[in-house]
Amino acid sequence: MSILSKFAPLRQTYDQLRSVGQNPFEMVFEDMLSSTEGIYRGKKTILLGTNNYLGLTFDEACIEESVAAVRAHGTGTTGSRIANGSYGTHRKLESDLAKYFNRQHCMVFSTGYQANLGMLSTLAGKGDYLLLDTDSHASIYDGARLGHAEVVRFRHNDPDDLRKRLKRLANEPGQKLVVVEGIYSMLGDTAPLREFAEVKREMGAWLMVDEAHSLGVLGEHGRGLAEEAGVEADCDFIVGTFSKSLGSVGGFCVSNVPEFDILRVACRPYMFTASLPPAVMASTITALRRMQEQPERRQRLHENAQRLYHGLRKLGFAVGPQCSPIVSVAVPEVPVAVEFWNRLLEGGVYLNLAMPPATPTPSPLLRSSVSAVHTPAQIDRAVQLFETVGRQLGVLPPAVAPARKRAPVASAIPAHAEVAMLASGGAR
Amino acid sequence: MTETLQNTQAEIIEGLKEILKRPAQLDATTNIVRDLQLDSLVVMDFIMSLEDRFEIVIPLDRVAEVETLGDLARVVDQLRGRN
Repeated sequence: MSILSKFAPLRQTYDQLRSVGQNPFEMVFEDMLSSTEGIYRGKKTILLGTNNYLGLTFDEACIEESVAAVRAHGTGTTGSRIANGSYGTHRKLESDLAKYFNRQHCMVFSTGYQANLGMLSTLAGKGDYLLLDTDSHASIYDGARLGHAEVVRFRHNDPDDLRKRLKRLANEPGQKLVVVEGIYSMLGDTAPLREFAEVKREMGAWLMVDEAHSLGVLGEHGRGLAEEAGVEADCDFIVGTFSKSLGSVGGFCVSNVPEFDILRVACRPYMFTASLPPAVMASTITALRRMQEQPERRQRLHENAQRLYHGLRKLGFAVGPQCSPIVSVAVPEVPVAVEFWNRLLEGGVYLNLAMPPATPTPSPLLRSSVSAVHTPAQIDRAVQLFETVGRQLGVLPPAVAPARKRAPVASAIPAHAEVAMLASGGAR
Repeated sequence: MTETLQNTQAEIIEGLKEILKRPAQLDATTNIVRDLQLDSLVVMDFIMSLEDRFEIVIPLDRVAEVETLGDLARVVDQLRGRN
């Protein structure tokens, strides 16, 4: 018996996926041509699942600054900031982010995952309470597990449910930290943040917002959902990542809470890992500037999101409850979803296959993420391919005869109702 | 088994019967995941419904120690006693 025997059921699932076609979890692109195209098995493939919201990964200025930094400061920092010391660039990245968010403090982390791991496990200690939305990202759950606080879940995007649970804890002496996300990564829905902020004020809790998928996407200046909802002052901590809109890797937390900097010597996922390398910091600093200089990227992003979301919805696909750069199509069965995903890839479109339990409902999802630099033609190609495969696999009804073309099909049903219908067949 | 523990267990079984789509023999030894073949989403949702039913908070680390309905009843009963 091997130490890995416990993974036998997982192995079985994995092997089944492989037997159908390509394995969605071990994709290797031979080349990247741009922010929206790669070469997969010798073929040009549209990238529609890489969270590259603003398309800054190939921005000339970001690349040039990154190259200059690697020449000037070397390939890596070879250790943590508490042991090896910080570079001036770490401080500049932090002060630029703090300034952008109008906050006094900022800490950067080596990944977005570590930002959540670090902040959640350190802010909420023994005797404190973490209140998490049920649909929280794995990094939030893992951060909660790493720490010593009691972890309580509230129903997804339900401020009244949060209030109810906080009331049950009203007599408990510990601090209560509520964690929500700006845009949820699976269905692209946003949190009702104004209402959450109200509950937070009423109940005397702390509020953290993870803007991983909403930085650069929401708000007049791209600061995320907190800016868009007009409740930045209520959000005690904003965490986020550099690996989506900013096109690199790393994470951050900004805050106005006094004495925030003590976390630099208390937060283990910050202290005991190698710090961000110079090239990454340089491109991130530049991307942050580009994002502010070029608000038109955000405009194009939303135009593309609308094009994909409404294109798929009009065809009758079960898309998420609201239009955002994350556009997910729920497919009733896992085997159909796997086949669908393979045929999209064969047709030259790559996106993500998300399977339960990673999905918020029992349905598997074909998850797209749109970029500002997708061309309308690329989006249209994806919609067209979705339609073809959808009809081949019976996810959509057969194409209607021309005479009946105007008859309302499934598109007459509001998108969220479709998802809810699928969902009501199972867990929620 | 105390009377409150017995009542708690009876209420949990009643709640579980509502979400199970088929008849099942349920008692303290029933393994929630293995015997009932419930996926983790359904189990977590059921735990939240118990929190509402009993007006308690069941922290995630307490859920981790639960395997059988009897375990679950003991955890819920203890947390009820705290109020």
